[in-house]
Amino acid sequence: MKLIFDVGRYVLFMRNMFSKPERLKVYIQRTFDEMVAIGIGSLPIVAIISFFVGAVTTVQTAYQLVSGFIAKSVIGTVVSDSTLLELAPTITCLVLAGKVGSHIASEIGTMKVSEQVDALEVMGINSAGYLALPKIVAGLFMIPCLIIIANFLGIGGGLIAGKYSGILTPEQFIIGARDTFKFYTVFISLVKATVFSFLITSISSFEGYYTSGGALEVGEASTRAVVRSCVMILVFDFLIAKVLL
Amino acid sequence: MIELVNVNKSFNGKQVLFDINAIFHKGKTNLVIGASGGGKSVMLKCMVGLFKPDSGQILYDNRDFVNLSYEEVRGIRREIGMLFQGTALFDSLSVEDNIGFPLKMFSKMSAEERLDRVNFCLKRVNLENVNKKFPSELSGGMKKRVGIARAIALPINYLFCDEPNSGLDPLTARVIDNLLHDITHEFNITTIINSHDMKTVYDIGENIVFMHQGRVFWEGPKEEIRAGRSDKPELDRFIHASFIE
Repeated sequence: MKLIFDVGRYVLFMRNMFSKPERLKVYIQRTFDEMVAIGIGSLPIVAIISFFVGAVTTVQTAYQLVSGFIAKSVIGTVVSDSTLLELAPTITCLVLAGKVGSHIASEIGTMKVSEQVDALEVMGINSAGYLALPKIVAGLFMIPCLIIIANFLGIGGGLIAGKYSGILTPEQFIIGARDTFKFYTVFISLVKATVFSFLITSISSFEGYYTSGGALEVGEASTRAVVRSCVMILVFDFLIAKVLL
Repeated sequence: MIELVNVNKSFNGKQVLFDINAIFHKGKTNLVIGASGGGKSVMLKCMVGLFKPDSGQILYDNRDFVNLSYEEVRGIRREIGMLFQGTALFDSLSVEDNIGFPLKMFSKMSAEERLDRVNFCLKRVNLENVNKKFPSELSGGMKKRVGIARAIALPINYLFCDEPNSGLDPLTARVIDNLLHDITHEFNITTIINSHDMKTVYDIGENIVFMHQGRVFWEGPKEEIRAGRSDKPELDRFIHASFIE
């Protein structure tokens, strides 16, 4: 029953958000500010994680390929395909659900419990639209950009790890990566990034917006935002894979 | 003028406002007094549209706020200024940006004109040279004054204040009281103040509404309270308790 109530409230929240902006210029300015916060602010953690995930995938794939009959370039194939299809979009978005999602939920939640959201409403501003819409639009632009960077860094990390741990040469890695490369996998990667970015920003905004109480409840809303975003990312990860592959 | 006609409100089956009838006059400081839990804040939030009454009418100069469309409600809200109990200043904005916020959203003023208006409002509440400070850098009394400055930034017709003296020392409380009284007469607006403070009632109250257990028990000028002509033991107890404190 609670689930149905929450889903219904989420749908209404989404509907309320899309009303005519009071001042488009202010919304655009806020969207750029959020793009900087979400995009530039998340770049270091995304870069570190994607590089090392790519590197670890190379080492572990090499460990599992014990047969001498399998060409070493297969490692490049496995690393590049798994990075594009799964590791870069999913792992990166799970991390972003923690970083960006908790930030959004706690920011809006704090505004809610300190009556700042009420102040917006009393002024005649659509608070859901003003607070959440710029974050969602910024996420839809910036998270796919971060995933593109994560794709490059993941594959680059795999290549560098292969070279410096003596598993395979960069040439072998590149031959393997190019051998089965299809643009369709990049397309799927971007579809996942777009869907996941919407889930992270909208669920976190929703959780923050419906916070009531005090500091404890803001913390709970933040945790709930991360958990629900992660679960929904995994559910949609499966659905997208099932539909598009 | 604002008129409440048979306003009822309940939460989860528990009724908190019972057939509220009251008139708040233009150009006067209308005080709503009563013990905590008596329904003052709920009534105020119904009046500004943060809660929707179960039944009844809230008439803003004969415009029924309850039964208007969302867009029409937003229109009336632009004529409303509100000082929240916790001030509800936007943490992420400076004093200047807080006061300029409604101007930025709803007026076509240039940046210079906005700054002039912000400085006028700051001067009106006896605050100067705090433009670039953030709310966290201000004292309680200064925050209240910035809250009032933000409330009057746009030309308003109605001013709502929820416990404007809470958390303030007696001297600062009197400064805020006098400020609200002066602004009411200067701009000829309908001011409604929720208060526990009998000193406020005697200093600036012009029309008093006493609420007890979700009902309006008494309404009239402060002179009748002073003369002991209220004829309501609940009100007498409230006044007596205030003086003991």
